[in-house]
Amino acid sequence: MINSKPYRVVPGPEGLLPPAAATCGVVLPEKGEGLVLGSLQSEQDTLLVMARELLTRKNPTIFPGPLVLWAWKEGVAEKAASVLELADEIPGVRIIPMPDYRPIYPKIDPEAVINPCHPNLTIWHNKIEVCVFVGVHCHFANITLKMIRAGTNCYTITLCHEAGHEDSMASLPFCGSDQVRALTEAIRQLKREGLRPRYADTPGIQLTPTQQTVLSGLAWQHGDGALAE
Amino acid sequence: MALRTLNVAPGFMRFMPKEYQDLVEKGPFGRQIKVTDLGTFKEVLEEHPMCEGCAMAFFIRLSLAALPNPEHTVMVGTAGCGRLAISQAAIPFVYGNYCDTNGVATGLKRGLQIRFPDQHKDVVVMAGDGGLSDIGFSQVMHSWFRKEKFTTIMLDNEVYGNTGGQESGMTRKGEVVKMAPLGKQFEKIDMLGLAQTSGVAYIARLTPTNPSRVFSTIRKAVLIAREVGPTYVQAYTSCNIEYSIAPEKVLDDARQVEKERYGFVEIMSDEAKAYLERIDAESKA
Repeated sequence: MINSKPYRVVPGPEGLLPPAAATCGVVLPEKGEGLVLGSLQSEQDTLLVMARELLTRKNPTIFPGPLVLWAWKEGVAEKAASVLELADEIPGVRIIPMPDYRPIYPKIDPEAVINPCHPNLTIWHNKIEVCVFVGVHCHFANITLKMIRAGTNCYTITLCHEAGHEDSMASLPFCGSDQVRALTEAIRQLKREGLRPRYADTPGIQLTPTQQTVLSGLAWQHGDGALAE
Repeated sequence: MALRTLNVAPGFMRFMPKEYQDLVEKGPFGRQIKVTDLGTFKEVLEEHPMCEGCAMAFFIRLSLAALPNPEHTVMVGTAGCGRLAISQAAIPFVYGNYCDTNGVATGLKRGLQIRFPDQHKDVVVMAGDGGLSDIGFSQVMHSWFRKEKFTTIMLDNEVYGNTGGQESGMTRKGEVVKMAPLGKQFEKIDMLGLAQTSGVAYIARLTPTNPSRVFSTIRKAVLIAREVGPTYVQAYTSCNIEYSIAPEKVLDDARQVEKERYGFVEIMSDEAKAYLERIDAESKA
């Protein structure tokens, strides 16, 4: 019997090998649309869903990828600034980077980094139940999202510069700094409407213990360490 | 990669792992590293999952530190022990399918030349004896015949160490290894001779016993490949697991092998010699 119910991309754990949502009929959104649990929504509705999840789920975390972490071309600094503005509006949020995609063996520090070869380790260790991927190249984001859906209960949000991601629970395509700022504004709107964030009493961005250790090592305190071309 | 990709976006440095902060602030990018600088800067490869005492890991570490412009280098490798470390280094790495490293490197080098006509982009193939002298043999040879301008470095541990000890073309005749209990029936392939016949511009054979020599050899090979033609470095990097060498004896073994049958060899074309003299004179001017 053919299952005619639309496939829903919900938080896992879904099992070792979850199907790619695209093979289950989930289609990518057009410009001005978003994806929520596998269904097409308007961009504004998608932003509000993302905002609500970020404010209410446990241990919200932003995973910036290389496309926003490294100022490799004009415009990156602007997008990076918009991501930091977003973080500032989510009480208790953490920022754990994915600086590149090289494998890290024999052991990663899940409080310092998320790696596409085993993103579940970072999610599990930090008990993250909602996260945002931004600035990750799509082919690595796709595999990362599937692994997270397979083995964790994390709600995944993707702010994608390209066409969006079927395998995240909420996805916004063609996402530049304006769209990131629109998400920030959606969060402000929910707060104005009376939504009390889960970590309302925890102001600002929280550093992980490893980040605090690095910070106390003074390695970076004399600036952003930029190299001249 | 380029130097400008090594700038962390404003505001994000404090979230970066220590390793990346160190790479940005104390890495080898954009400056010339000498062998005596080892230990004073953040190397592109530190942690790796290779076996204790692995000579190959040591050679790879030295080779990566010796690259003249790591920020403008792309490594190409394939299945085998070496790529476990190479792929983890802070240098872009392309995983070629078994057999096609030198084909991949060819396309990569040509593409980079078109995309960056004013900037040398170094392509370095680094793979094992199985990857280059057996399964990738044809593509290695043809890249040499075509005079492709990139460096090929063979990590010669004289066995398929990653898969349990099968004999390779570079295993010595008569050698008994775990999956070749009768001993190898044929001679070790003379890759140096084949490289010479193919007109490779710079050929070297060495062991990791002398870090200064590794530095100068790798640097010459990469520089010559920029303008003159293909270069080939063959390094004895014993598999201490398959050849049952105690970790602390690995360098003793390398010294012994170097003395007996793997002495330093360097063969350079006249054009390559002239090129090195020219850039040397230019750097002193």
